[in-house]
Amino acid sequence: MSWWRPSDVGLAVRRKLADIGQGARFFARLIALLGSTLRRFSLVRDQVHFLGNYSLAIIAVSGLFVGFVLALQGYNILQRYGSSEAVGLMVALSLLRELGPVVTALLFAGRAGTSLTAEIGLMKAGEQLSAMEMMAIDPMRRIVAPRFWAGVITMPLLTAVFNAVGVLGGWVVSVWMIGVDPGAFWSQMQGGVDVWADLGNGVLKSFVFGVAVTFVALLQGWEARPTAEGVSRATTRTVVMASLAVLGLDFILTALMFTY
Amino acid sequence: MGRSKNDVWVGLFVMLGLAALVFLALQSANLLSLSWQSTYRVTAHFDNIGGLKPKAAVKSAGVVVGRVGSIGFDDERFQALVALDMDSKYKFPSDSSLKILTSGLLGEQYVGIEAGASDTNLKAGDNVGNTQSAVVLENLISQFLYNGAASGGSSDAGGKPAPGKGK
Repeated sequence: MSWWRPSDVGLAVRRKLADIGQGARFFARLIALLGSTLRRFSLVRDQVHFLGNYSLAIIAVSGLFVGFVLALQGYNILQRYGSSEAVGLMVALSLLRELGPVVTALLFAGRAGTSLTAEIGLMKAGEQLSAMEMMAIDPMRRIVAPRFWAGVITMPLLTAVFNAVGVLGGWVVSVWMIGVDPGAFWSQMQGGVDVWADLGNGVLKSFVFGVAVTFVALLQGWEARPTAEGVSRATTRTVVMASLAVLGLDFILTALMFTY
Repeated sequence: MGRSKNDVWVGLFVMLGLAALVFLALQSANLLSLSWQSTYRVTAHFDNIGGLKPKAAVKSAGVVVGRVGSIGFDDERFQALVALDMDSKYKFPSDSSLKILTSGLLGEQYVGIEAGASDTNLKAGDNVGNTQSAVVLENLISQFLYNGAASGGSSDAGGKPAPGKGK
């Protein structure tokens, strides 16, 4: 393809616009199917089980180690300024505001998003989706929407677990290993963390990331070319696009939330 | 049955997530501290609030007895207008005085309240008249320099040329 021929540029732009339009219609369909999805909640529940319970181990372990490392690094810098008690505040704020939602979303994209893409892509490749349509079952309603809403429900819960485990990890390192005073550790944290501005905005972030990651994963699976190669490419694109979307959205959300 | 087993695990997962949220809200953000307790609002004018921020603590004898509710500017008196949400548990005499203090050398600023001797207590809507501004480091330094120069000049005329001689 050559970029200097107007017809090629036009074709590329038109294809891109068509892709965006497809994505937007897909998204609108998912939102519109909320009601009928909630009416058959057993489907959502099974997906929450698959996406949430099976992701718990990786989320908890990652949260623990992120908390450990934050406390170690934070202590190193803070004790230079004689304020090593603030390590709890630093761990809590960095987890609640940024690291918790973002790292959870990235892990979720890798752990659960890929499996969503592969599952739907393979269903498409195996013509199971077409077979459902033949039986007058709407695959969007039966397959895709429950997975979407399960992802949206799961992400904030996983983020909360990540944050809580991370704060406990920071506590373990600071209080047990380093010997920071536990009373100062918690009171500094409680003095500096606001329920709505920090915790609430973090939960809001994780909710947005849940929508973004699950949507990207499902769209990639839905639009995958129905071949083995197509599914493998779609899975790769899920990780890349979901991660980029999370990081970009995080910048925008942080700019909106934490600029006062 | 498979279904009910799934139910249990999903329920446990959701409960774990909510428990984590509650843990964060209570243990790291201190949801219960003052936000649900009833408060009464008093106002005060300050010449200079320094770096005081909304939600800063109001302390008496080091104990948190309220929070700074809002900070505004009164363009009639050209002073900062600070609203304080005092915990209803604590009553203070109406002639109590307010001071803007700093916790530690570089810590955040808070409002200190010192009880007066009046028989009547502060109530909602009152304005505390007796206030003391934040210490602004630049003013302190310029005051120090000015005082130093003034005392150096006034002590005696002979003291001044001394450095000049050595030069």
